[in-house]
Amino acid sequence: MKELIKELTEAYGPSGNEDAVRETIKRHIAGHVSEMRVDALGNLIALKKGQPQSGIEPRKIMLAAHMDEIGVIVSQIDEKGFLRFAPVGGVNPLTLLGSRVIFADGMIGVIGRERPEKPDEFPKIEKMFIDVGAPDKEHLTRKVGDMAAFLRPLADLGQRLTAKAFDDRIGCAILVQTAQELETTPHDVYFVFTVQEEVGLRGALTSAFGVEPDVAIAVDITTTGDTPEAYPMAVSLGAGPAIKVKDRGMLAHPGVKNWLAETAERLGLPYQFEVLEAGTTDAMAIQTSRAGVAAGVLSIPTRYAHTPSEMVDYNDVQNAVKLLVGLLSGPVKI
Amino acid sequence: MLLLKELSEACGVSGNEGAVRQVILDAIRDRVDEYRTDALGNLIALKKGTGKTARKVMIAAHMDEVGLMIMHIEKEGSLRFHPVGGIDDRVLLAKKVLIGENKVPGVIGAKPVHLLEPKAREQVVKFKEMSIDIGVSSKEEAERLVKVGDYAVFDVPFVELGGALRTVKGKAFDDRAGCAVLVELLRDRYPFDLYAAFTVQEEVGLRGARVAAYSIAPHLAFALEGTICDDLPKKGDTSPTTVLGKGPAITIMDRSVIADRRLVELLIDTAEKNGIPYQFKQPALGGTDAGAIHLSREGVPSAVVAVPSRYIHSPTSLLSLNDLENTVQLMRQTLARVNDLDLTR
Amino acid sequence: MQIKEFLKKLSEASGVSGYEAGVRELVREEFSQYADQIRIDTMGNLIALKRGEATQAPRRSIMLAGHMDEIGLLVTKLEKGFVRFSTVGGFDLRVLPGQEVLVHGRRDLPGIIATRPPHVLSPEEREQTMPLDKLFIDVGLPEEELAQLVRVGDVITLQRQFTELAGNLVSGKAFDDRAAVACIAYCLQHLAAMKHSWDVYAVATVQEEVGLKGALTSTFGLMPDIGVAIDVCHGNMLGVPEVDTVNVGGGPAIAFGPNIHSLLYSRLVETAKAFEISYQPDPTPGPSGTDAWAMQVTREGLPTALVSIPLRYMHTTVETLSLKDVERTGRLLALFIASLDEAFAQALGLKSE
Repeated sequence: MKELIKELTEAYGPSGNEDAVRETIKRHIAGHVSEMRVDALGNLIALKKGQPQSGIEPRKIMLAAHMDEIGVIVSQIDEKGFLRFAPVGGVNPLTLLGSRVIFADGMIGVIGRERPEKPDEFPKIEKMFIDVGAPDKEHLTRKVGDMAAFLRPLADLGQRLTAKAFDDRIGCAILVQTAQELETTPHDVYFVFTVQEEVGLRGALTSAFGVEPDVAIAVDITTTGDTPEAYPMAVSLGAGPAIKVKDRGMLAHPGVKNWLAETAERLGLPYQFEVLEAGTTDAMAIQTSRAGVAAGVLSIPTRYAHTPSEMVDYNDVQNAVKLLVGLLSGPVKI
Repeated sequence: MLLLKELSEACGVSGNEGAVRQVILDAIRDRVDEYRTDALGNLIALKKGTGKTARKVMIAAHMDEVGLMIMHIEKEGSLRFHPVGGIDDRVLLAKKVLIGENKVPGVIGAKPVHLLEPKAREQVVKFKEMSIDIGVSSKEEAERLVKVGDYAVFDVPFVELGGALRTVKGKAFDDRAGCAVLVELLRDRYPFDLYAAFTVQEEVGLRGARVAAYSIAPHLAFALEGTICDDLPKKGDTSPTTVLGKGPAITIMDRSVIADRRLVELLIDTAEKNGIPYQFKQPALGGTDAGAIHLSREGVPSAVVAVPSRYIHSPTSLLSLNDLENTVQLMRQTLARVNDLDLTR
Repeated sequence: MQIKEFLKKLSEASGVSGYEAGVRELVREEFSQYADQIRIDTMGNLIALKRGEATQAPRRSIMLAGHMDEIGLLVTKLEKGFVRFSTVGGFDLRVLPGQEVLVHGRRDLPGIIATRPPHVLSPEEREQTMPLDKLFIDVGLPEEELAQLVRVGDVITLQRQFTELAGNLVSGKAFDDRAAVACIAYCLQHLAAMKHSWDVYAVATVQEEVGLKGALTSTFGLMPDIGVAIDVCHGNMLGVPEVDTVNVGGGPAIAFGPNIHSLLYSRLVETAKAFEISYQPDPTPGPSGTDAWAMQVTREGLPTALVSIPLRYMHTTVETLSLKDVERTGRLLALFIASLDEAFAQALGLKSE
């Protein structure tokens, strides 16, 4: 699964430009799902049809992971060919200094900064620029509105992995792997790879409207409380996938939360409950779709979220796949 | 562009767009096949297509403007107010307003500079500390003219300033400029069904567009705007957002939407082929009705085209009629081609 | 039904956003006395239908929404025998120290939000609001026992007994918005003795405090012809300017502004005037922050109104209101519903099926 994770995290896909990620996913799930379609906003919706099983009531289940990643967008080009930019999604300016970014066509740029008035000044995005190495404006092929993403290859640290865009390519990888490993299910399972999560859960909103699920589970990352002087939080890396209770945007459906926890216990898989003070996931948008959806979240504990070097534990990832396969093989209990 | 004058001078603060709707209705009644007003007050007009396609295209322009609401009448007859929509407190002092259905004139008073402590001159006065004077001396007298809950607008007449850019000034070009463009576009018939949505309550959260898009269920959509134009002299590395006179502004991404790339490319290509000037709006600023429309139901590919308008969300705004006409041209030419656009992925 | 007794029961019940089951049972018991049908939807909204008498099919309908959830707390971590927590809904952290709570673990555990005695605090510390990561709950159990009974994600409610004050005022927790639920019950009770042609959906909504979520989904599911949200608004308090409040004891506040359909507003006002129910106009220039804000933009749009009960000290455990205002609001709603007819539907431009 590490190959798949590497391929997905290294793909280019800031919000609104998820094409490369979508093509990669299509390639990996073809043959493992009954049908696939791409909707008006670019969400990839893949259905694995259920096989009737006696004694199990079939339900329509939506799994969601978002394909997009945070990035930057060119807002202005100056006379010398330096590119001013704005963030796409929640970008911390501290992580930009010294970073390299890549455009859709493969052009690479480095991020520079105006000389600060005070040496310890907190960097502001308005005071930064991208230098793509163009000698002048005339030789520059970029235009206002072009987007770039972090450039950073995955590093396999053994038990743990570090890469850009684990948020939420790790969720995409888990969904792909689940689609591959899940041989049969009594339910109609929609694997939905959403767009534009980082700019406001937009793909989840429209895809949920189209899918009309009974139950939904978003697979996304969560932060942890296990690094030096972190904000107090009970989630740590390697202690199992996290089952969301609450984040800033939603309260998970208690039935879905318990269904996940009971399944983990039945399968003997480690898990932890998660209460996240900041951030939210696609499940927030799905929950209030139409007349309401029982929605929950399976989270992968991730350190250094929204930096070019996020970190996950490989066991958590594998256990998340096992949990989802187990969950989808049995009856829905909520 | 007489209609821009009428539109600009009509009063239509968010939630109270009736007068603007009337101006538009009078202008388009004979140009459209059907129209209706929905539960929120959106005016939705259908211009049937030539029947070649089942495609439905929605074009939205919002009728509402930022303004004030009367919250409370003090014992001595002065009126406390609250802004409706985003208004900078600093533009409120010493302005003339018109209140309620009867357009009762009033002024937002300001303490004379002579009476201010030196420090106070540097401080921003908050709207909560201001009041409107309508010339009465008691609450009873005031209540004969206005009531709590009345809306108020800035009293700004429309004036042509002229010059090479054919500049005009007036209030509420955000988004009466868009309304004027949309009214013009309804002169033509297109291969597809065109739904013109003159929306309400954009300034308080894109609320009219949301329900209009739901009921129209279009295949693709455009929002027309009077957008930020911040081209005053300043440090060279600060973007003007858009520049007056440089043509319609095309949005790539703002706070509410990432425009559909295929529509953006069609707009650019059409502008280039027809020699229509255009510019890109600086990304990541502002939001428009497209923010609500593109998320309607299963999603709607959407784009935004805007007329650069200086000083929006203040009493007086300013735009170039050249930009306005070029926006009409760009949209007209683009709509002629939009039917051939392949929207499958 | 006695409003005071019902409100007391509702107020003292537990029902933090997302976990409304406890209070919902009480509402179901009460609503079912007047309703023809009752159900709970996916999100947990309680939906009671009281049929109207009109013979046309489908009958027109009005939805009344009052939210039954309350703001509360949630366990985030156990640390050395103490409970760390997060908030559910909008809290003023300054009201938390020294509050008594109930931690809903494997069993309900009474607890206290810990405060260090003033003697050990520096003058600077006393000047500062305690941030969330410095606050703990103490349930008086040793570390091991606590770990057996409490887990991350357990819900915590603030505790407060219902209190009668002088002058027909009462005080307690979660009047926001259980007073509206009581008022809807009172309205249904009144309607039982009246003729009304429209169907009435009485909805006790969930998760209002975390983003109007129950109203959003229940309105989508029901799609009535018109909707009225019932909520609370700021009553006159010492130290708050008159312009920001309405009078406690002055009758229902009827909202007006972008969130409100002006014909519903004027019909409510006419009804109040005709039946001599005192009311107060409530200008609302932007987001009303109530279920009405979500209801209005559902599907193709819904003509919406908002009626509020004046209330002091919102989002604290000593919310205070006048029972007379609750009664008046319920009565106004019943009379308003009884007045709804096809002519009004036409005036609103409602579609005929």
